Amino acid sequence: MNPAIAHDEHHDQPPRGLARWLFTTNHKDIGLLYLIFGLTMFLVGGLLAMLIRVELFEPGLQILKPELYNQLITLHGLVMVFAALMPVTTGLANYLIPLMIGAPDMALPRLNNWGFWLLTPAALLLLAPFGLELMGIGNGPIDTGWTIYAPLSVQSGLGVDFAILAVLLLGASSLLSSINIIVTIFNMRTPGMRLMKMPIFVWSWLMTAFLLVAVFPVLVGGAAMLLADRHFGTSFFSAAGGGDPVLWQHLFWFFGHPEVYILLLPTAGILPHILSTFARKPIYGYRAQVYSYWAIGVLSVIVWAHHMFTSGMPLGAQLYFMYSTMAISIPVAVLFFCWIGTLWRGAITFETPMLFAIGYIVLFGLGGLTGLVLADAVADQQYHNTYFLVAHFHYTLFGGPIMGVIAAAYFYLPKITGRMYNERIGQWHFWLTMIGFNITFMSQFFVGLAGMPRRVPDYALQFADLNMMSSLGAFILGASQLLFVYNIVTTWRGTRDKVTDRVWEGAQGLEFTVSSPPPYHTFTEQPVVA
Amino acid sequence: MLKLRQLILLLACAVSSIAYAHNPFEFETPVTPVAEETLHVHDLFLGIIGVLFVLSVMILFYALYKHRKSRGYQPASFTGPHGRKQWLFAILPFLALVFIDFVVMGIPAYHAAVAMANTQEDAQLVIKVTGSQWKWQYEYPDQGLKFYSNLSTPPDELQGRAPKGEHYLLEVDHPLVLPVGEKVRILLASTDVIHAWWVPPFGVKQDAVPGFLRETWVKIDKPGVYRGQCAELCGVGHAYMPIVVEAKNQTDFQQWLAQAKAAQAAEAVASQKSNFTRAELLAMGKKVFDTNCAACHQANGLGIAGVFPPIAAGKPFSATPTLLADLTARGFYENGKIVLGPIKNHLGIVLHGVPGTSMPAFGAQLSDAEIAAVVTYERNSFGNQTGDLVEPTEAKIRRAAP
Repeated sequence: MNPAIAHDEHHDQPPRGLARWLFTTNHKDIGLLYLIFGLTMFLVGGLLAMLIRVELFEPGLQILKPELYNQLITLHGLVMVFAALMPVTTGLANYLIPLMIGAPDMALPRLNNWGFWLLTPAALLLLAPFGLELMGIGNGPIDTGWTIYAPLSVQSGLGVDFAILAVLLLGASSLLSSINIIVTIFNMRTPGMRLMKMPIFVWSWLMTAFLLVAVFPVLVGGAAMLLADRHFGTSFFSAAGGGDPVLWQHLFWFFGHPEVYILLLPTAGILPHILSTFARKPIYGYRAQVYSYWAIGVLSVIVWAHHMFTSGMPLGAQLYFMYSTMAISIPVAVLFFCWIGTLWRGAITFETPMLFAIGYIVLFGLGGLTGLVLADAVADQQYHNTYFLVAHFHYTLFGGPIMGVIAAAYFYLPKITGRMYNERIGQWHFWLTMIGFNITFMSQFFVGLAGMPRRVPDYALQFADLNMMSSLGAFILGASQLLFVYNIVTTWRGTRDKVTDRVWEGAQGLEFTVSSPPPYHTFTEQPVVA
Repeated sequence: MLKLRQLILLLACAVSSIAYAHNPFEFETPVTPVAEETLHVHDLFLGIIGVLFVLSVMILFYALYKHRKSRGYQPASFTGPHGRKQWLFAILPFLALVFIDFVVMGIPAYHAAVAMANTQEDAQLVIKVTGSQWKWQYEYPDQGLKFYSNLSTPPDELQGRAPKGEHYLLEVDHPLVLPVGEKVRILLASTDVIHAWWVPPFGVKQDAVPGFLRETWVKIDKPGVYRGQCAELCGVGHAYMPIVVEAKNQTDFQQWLAQAKAAQAAEAVASQKSNFTRAELLAMGKKVFDTNCAACHQANGLGIAGVFPPIAAGKPFSATPTLLADLTARGFYENGKIVLGPIKNHLGIVLHGVPGTSMPAFGAQLSDAEIAAVVTYERNSFGNQTGDLVEPTEAKIRRAAP
């Protein structure tokens, strides 16, 4: 007998109160914990960005000292990548993958719980040095940029130690989740769901999980070496002791480049679901997209040093990393082709998830194309560490993954809550986001070309107009996210229209065969798939 | 209808504004072969991706417009290419992309990389650039000339108490001077953390990595003043260590070189002098303080709470226990307030820095006279009235004993 059924008869109702959330092993509960945690940290990261853009509104130092400014830009990066985006994509995985493959839960439910509860202390560790500073201990959080380059990070205050410990915890959490996801996908698909028949989001997370397992340990190792250099007398990153500062860069970016694809792939996998639903047309090029995920995954691990073109690289290495980086454009282009192919000759409607999905295609497309420009090893001398680079990665990271998780949030919110969100507010959210985002970051492309370096609290006068424009755009972008929060909270409250199991007219997939909201335990009997 | 005169005026305005306006899609005007090549490659690449983007968006928007449920469009059900024509349609874009990536973009990129890597052949001048927190040092090894280049924007402008000058944050006291038309090989080093030397009109950016020598090269086409900034986060002063290069024609360059060496020799002699007056010490001290110390300790000497101590006796200060213990041991901290400790220890702090904190050692950068002057200035300003006059010989003696 399916053990899940026996279990189910005893525990069909979750416990009440705090104990439920602390001890839950239910994949939907844990998925929600990740999603709410991620959304909260997204707002924290956004607040940090607003402070930065207030300071950069005009030349001169208005509200921030350089010390604090460096801390804010570092935390903005670390929080957005590790505390916001990664938990949100993990939350989507936890909530959706068992539903999509017809499994009753993840393969390792208790491990799943630990994976989440490592996150909260990690986030606190990152931010705790603010509090310690107020008590007279230390000089505040890490201030080295999210890339934590040595020797600056060896020299910096105790904020770096806290960040290293946070990274270790976050790494552990990600690795536990990844293992769980891989095991679940390989072992718990309902009979009839062969690998090449499973929903494409599940494929994208399978690739993401493999990448995480491959590269996070390298970051953890590098962080341990940094800790040793700081406190245990080693010289991994110090030439005086026989080491090399650039070693940190290699270790960091060997993780760091695959990391951006780890951030990207889950939403690249959810996009076809959304496009197909609102075009009322099956996914175009399923196999091609799956093979592209593999190509992107493999390529992502061998191109890391395109982040290091000005570090003193020999000619052969420059040429190799330049050409291999350009090669990634090909599988990514396949994805774009298939996304547009899914829409082509469909019967499209423009609900909010669809708007964000279309925005994703446009913004990520622009960001990705500027990556080709950056890939030129020699031209990179004019782009590297300028605002051109900042604009590139915001177009790709916000334009892609963030727009993608917002699209997924609107897409699945009715399924999760059983109620429809407010469509009009959703549309306002979309348009204000697009307008705010493009004003903010298109200006940054131009100010970078004009010669403005990044990570500076103050700048020369010729950069003033573009900075003011960028800040105004940022204020619009930041404020418009409040519409999103309002919509989620009011939908959750449960006063709006109820939705059906299928929710959307064109929706396919096992998750749309269960009720909205789903029962606490789903698929206690395995569904039959043709 | 516009009168002829008005029309001509309008056209003149338009033309002149175009003539002065810089193309926002491009970098600053290039003045080296590398920068020109880079700009050309940039224009080519940007043009190509612009076309690709517009094409893709046009196709996407066509679908969004035509293939809508509200227009009654019936959805198709294909999931991949069917038939030879569709397969061709699918494969062709990718072949085109491969061609664009590796031939159209790849070949010029290859040539640029090879040219960039050729730092040593036919180099006629060698310059060594050393990055420190937070200034550059320039050395002409073959000519025996060496000097520091500090940000020269006045503290009042930085603090917002005076209107900002034209070259705010992009001006220095001693620019690097280079000859026009000669290939200059540039070696890069660092004394502490990674910095990056970047001058956009030259098209070069190269990291200065502590413990290693990196290299790059420039050959400047025409005389002028070219400005850049440090391009690798190096701490709190990252935005405050600009690069200014003055390119002169050969004759002017040789003339400058001779003058600079003479000035360097004269300064070496002057710093041997030992009977400075109070006025001379205070004047020199203020100049040194404003250039080197005010960034952290502030122009009014009050420092930053919790981080940079005030240099004014009697002012309260709180920071990490390590720093406070060190200051107390040196006699500069008592009962929660800054006090002025012995001159010997004051010189020690400036010469050798305070290990484990952000206070760097200035012994290498400043002469005995400058050290003595700045200590004198500090002990007689910001409310301090010790009346102490420190002579360069005292600094020289203290220099030898860390």
